[in-house]
Amino acid sequence: MARARTGARALGAVLAAVLAATTLAGCSSTGGKRAEDARKAAENARGKAAVTTPRWTFAMVTHSGDGDTFWDIVQKGAKEAAAKDNINFLYAHSDEGQQQAQLVDSYISKKVDALIVTLAKPDAMKAAVAKATAAGIPVITVNSGSAQSKEYGALTHIGQDESVAGEAVGEELNARGRKKALCVLHEQGNVGHEQRCAGAKKTFGGQLQNLYVDGTNMPDVQASIEAKLQADKAVDAVVTLGAPFADAAVQAKKTAGSKAEIDTFDLNAKVAAGLEQGTLGFAVDQQPYLQGYEAVDLLWLYKYNADVLGGGRPVLTGPQIITEKDAAQLREYTERGTR
Amino acid sequence: MSQAAPPAAPGGAPPAGDERLLRTSLPRRLMGRPELGSVVGAVAVFVFFSIVADSFLQPSSLNTVLYAASTLGVMAVPVALLMIGGEFDLSAGVMVTSSALISSMFSYQMTANVWVGVGVSLLVTLAIGAFNGFMLTRTKLPSFIITLGTFLMLTGLNLGFTKLISGTVSTKSIADMEGFSSARTVFAETPLFGATVKSTILWWAVLVALATWILLRTRFGNWIFAVGGGADAARAVGVPVKRTKIFLYMGVAFAAWVSGQHLLFSFDVVQSGEGVGNELTYIIAAVIGGCLITGGYGSAIGSAVGAFIFGMTSKGIVYAEWNPDWFKFFLGAMLLLATLLNAWVRKRAEATR
Repeated sequence: MARARTGARALGAVLAAVLAATTLAGCSSTGGKRAEDARKAAENARGKAAVTTPRWTFAMVTHSGDGDTFWDIVQKGAKEAAAKDNINFLYAHSDEGQQQAQLVDSYISKKVDALIVTLAKPDAMKAAVAKATAAGIPVITVNSGSAQSKEYGALTHIGQDESVAGEAVGEELNARGRKKALCVLHEQGNVGHEQRCAGAKKTFGGQLQNLYVDGTNMPDVQASIEAKLQADKAVDAVVTLGAPFADAAVQAKKTAGSKAEIDTFDLNAKVAAGLEQGTLGFAVDQQPYLQGYEAVDLLWLYKYNADVLGGGRPVLTGPQIITEKDAAQLREYTERGTR
Repeated sequence: MSQAAPPAAPGGAPPAGDERLLRTSLPRRLMGRPELGSVVGAVAVFVFFSIVADSFLQPSSLNTVLYAASTLGVMAVPVALLMIGGEFDLSAGVMVTSSALISSMFSYQMTANVWVGVGVSLLVTLAIGAFNGFMLTRTKLPSFIITLGTFLMLTGLNLGFTKLISGTVSTKSIADMEGFSSARTVFAETPLFGATVKSTILWWAVLVALATWILLRTRFGNWIFAVGGGADAARAVGVPVKRTKIFLYMGVAFAAWVSGQHLLFSFDVVQSGEGVGNELTYIIAAVIGGCLITGGYGSAIGSAVGAFIFGMTSKGIVYAEWNPDWFKFFLGAMLLLATLLNAWVRKRAEATR
């Protein structure tokens, strides 16, 4: 056992040495939290209720998976609207249709004052939405389900029509003189993703192919795009369906020695920076912040003033095509996580 | 306590008169290696895609395949060792993401040189590995339960902490911080002979060599085979079963740290929800590479061949430009075929012994 003790002691010594060495290396004079704090010190006046209506409780139930950047921005918009409108805001999510419906049911039994739901899996949600409207709870649908929203009894729908967004991408690719494009889907079997690529295919004059990648494994996403670009040298445009994947595509292009332009759906700080530097062509934004913010605000307007927006048709929050010239302005907003 | 029975480890000078230690001819010895079947499978997959996909044989394509295999292979090595030792680690995939998140957020929040974050991440990740091993040996619960618990806890911690600390579900970019470029050289892209190669390929090669040496040439290697073959028998002949298992879990943690840093320094922001499901891919690579699910048998080189088969298959489908709707089906069928071939060759090899 003596040998074992020395082994453990040696390991401890090595670990201590690593820690000491890294601590000695000290601080970074660039970037990091300190730089962010300096930026934040300037702006700081959000989050006070601006109305005197009673403190209603609104709940939102989405089909988001765990740790999805997009839904985080939606939530941010909803929370800021809730703070302003004196709303107690609740949020829950599940990427399983059945569980999402159960979450809605639990909010109904909690007797919330209004509900915001997504209809990514419309059939699973149908009964839950009907139950809510029967209980007199106003419902607004956001993001997905523009086709079913009215039929299921929701007040209005706020979101982007995925097919329309795809069509906008096809047109933008035409305007940029692209001939052969790749549509990178990071979730196999996601209806919205298929609609985007199908929409792009419809308006795009050239040829468009789908490529499915494993969205939970970033190095694999990169290698798959790399492989595709090597296999088909004629590809001159790559469209990713989520902001984090645009960067993987940029690196894949570099390694594969391809000349393709990288474009993407959705926005984040890296995408904004990429647009500014010219490593990305354009981004299609559906303004998730707006989807959350407007949903809460419209429900408040409905409760307070019986207002409804959209005239029975979906209120579109996108597609907004963002290029180099808008990027500088948006970058700041992406860094604080609202764009 | 030093004399552990080495069930599958060759080497050492055989004293005359013991038939178990007789010298055997080279082909005979090759036939007995656990990775033999997977090598045959790898050759078959390679030849197959060389024929059906035109661009598969280009040097740049092979480089891409190698990269895809290496990101998986780095993790498959310690996972294979752990399987030989008779245990699983379901937390391995998420641990990679945890490790990347820790170094990124520590550096960012402390505005510290990124190497500080990298060091802290190493310590914390090793501690998670040690926790797995410690809980396993202390509670005597199956590793499936212990590491499933760790898997879920880490998944929650990744999301919870990231949201709590950065306010969003992904980390902030640390690309403009000091030490980033040197860390990038070590973990993401390393210049080598005038070209730039993905660092995971080098880490992979080193880890395979190191693990092979440990398995075949050291006493610790014998302990691994012994605890996987039968923990009680091993304990009876003086093998420190608990310590061996804890070290094996720490080995997995170390590789998770390497993979995590690669993730961080390749893409400089980390999504907190990533990594779920990858633990199965590591286990698959080890199994294709000839590790027995029941433990006690397998090799590090086999895990590398398994990772290579996986890399070739997943990227070969793209090179072959097959209809993507069927992607997962092709992948599954190829993997099944490779494993069946593997098993068949091994049976033949054992029959002719």
